[in-house]
Amino acid sequence: MIRVNDVHKFYSTRFGSNHVLNGVSFTLRKGERLGILGRNGAGKSTLVRLVSGAEMPSSGRIERGMSVSWPLAFGGAFHHMLTGKDNVHFISRIYNQDFERNLAFVEDFAELGPYLREPVRTYSSGMRARLAFAISMIIEFDCFLIDEVGAVGDARFHDRCNYELFDKRGDRAMIIISHDAAYVRDHCNRWGVLNDARLTLYDDFEVAYADFKELIGWKPPPGWPFVEAATA
Amino acid sequence: MAQGSASARTDPQGSLRESLDVQSRIVGALLMREILTRYGRHNIGFLWLFAEPMLFTLGVTALWTATKSVHGSNLPITAFALTGYSSVLLWRNMPGRCIGALWNNLALLYHRNIRVLDIYLARVLLEFGGATMSFSVLGLVFVTMGLLEPPQDILEVIAGWLLLAWFGAALAILLGALSHRSELVDKLWHPVSYLLFPLSGAAFMVAALPPLAQEAVLWIPTVHGVELVREGWFGERAQAQYDLAYLIPFNLALTLFGLLQARRVAATVVPE
Repeated sequence: MIRVNDVHKFYSTRFGSNHVLNGVSFTLRKGERLGILGRNGAGKSTLVRLVSGAEMPSSGRIERGMSVSWPLAFGGAFHHMLTGKDNVHFISRIYNQDFERNLAFVEDFAELGPYLREPVRTYSSGMRARLAFAISMIIEFDCFLIDEVGAVGDARFHDRCNYELFDKRGDRAMIIISHDAAYVRDHCNRWGVLNDARLTLYDDFEVAYADFKELIGWKPPPGWPFVEAATA
Repeated sequence: MAQGSASARTDPQGSLRESLDVQSRIVGALLMREILTRYGRHNIGFLWLFAEPMLFTLGVTALWTATKSVHGSNLPITAFALTGYSSVLLWRNMPGRCIGALWNNLALLYHRNIRVLDIYLARVLLEFGGATMSFSVLGLVFVTMGLLEPPQDILEVIAGWLLLAWFGAALAILLGALSHRSELVDKLWHPVSYLLFPLSGAAFMVAALPPLAQEAVLWIPTVHGVELVREGWFGERAQAQYDLAYLIPFNLALTLFGLLQARRVAATVVPE
């Protein structure tokens, strides 16, 4: 179980202290998938970083009773001069895992062919996303943090990601951030809206989404509801 | 592919031994990554780790020999240059590599097992390895070629070398951590390290200086380390002047400040 208790986060900026998270609390149990909606800059990624442990809260506590992933499909930790294979090697060492087995999995999943042995700087953004996701899948965590996994890649890649995450690992806890409301609706069983540094929790997506649409000033397009808006 | 062990370091029941195991594994992995990214697989690859400091030392040795630099003692100039410039590389390269290191590696902090200190430790170890290999290889070659007599007390040389390395490592962690909070550190380090070079003990023997100057330079911790290395190498002839009761507490205090600063940075760092 993950217990986030009265977490505050301040960033000091040139215009003074910015209160990004104001007393955020929630608990997440195994099998619960929390989808978080919020405008750009609402603090969604900050919250994910705090839960991942990459960053410390200004005050409050985050208890991790289970292992938590890094934000998924996040490729920033790749070194661009290193090859995909080197990066697999590095992650395998960091997490004390069998390199050969991991390499076989990444080769199969990322479908990079001979490019796995070329520097990451030569990859297209889609190739980087495939490598990042494949590397994310080689370490097993109890809780996965997913920050905009659907932003890059083609339909085949999305399908395979969804299979790995929601079929093979459907029993895990997850926190999912996405601007794709349908994605959050389909894959989560709890929802939260982050606004004005506060998190409001919902058990019903439609209620959460209605509140969120009001917050962002969403207006129905002409002909609504006979045209389906995919994203908010 | 269930393998677990992802939370080794956050496990409150983890013993000290386990966390040491984790830390050495992490530092080892960072070290390998650093070697690969810095030296790559082209031409001589990681051999550059000590080929580069060797070229520096060789160049300086040649220059000082050619100009018959005045160093105020009867020690052979080759030996003087080798011990002097190698020790400069030792304490100067570690801070140079740690300053700004965190900015380039912020993304690594997403792996919770990797801590800010590990990033500095990996770089410190790498520089230590490079400078040490360069010093010992050149020493060995010079001795074999008859350009240099072998050290009189190798343990004393090693002791002086390790004390200098300790100073460099502590300074590196302190400046590395401070540089994450202020870019002034990076700007000031270049002139300061350059000016410190002639004062560090590399280019003179304390005994050759006038008494007032002696008193002044003995405030500089590296002077004590270099004098110790030279006493180990040349014995009585070096007329070395050093005070371990100054250098060791200095190193301890510097280490403490460095670790405190690193912890402070770790508490406030924002990964990209």
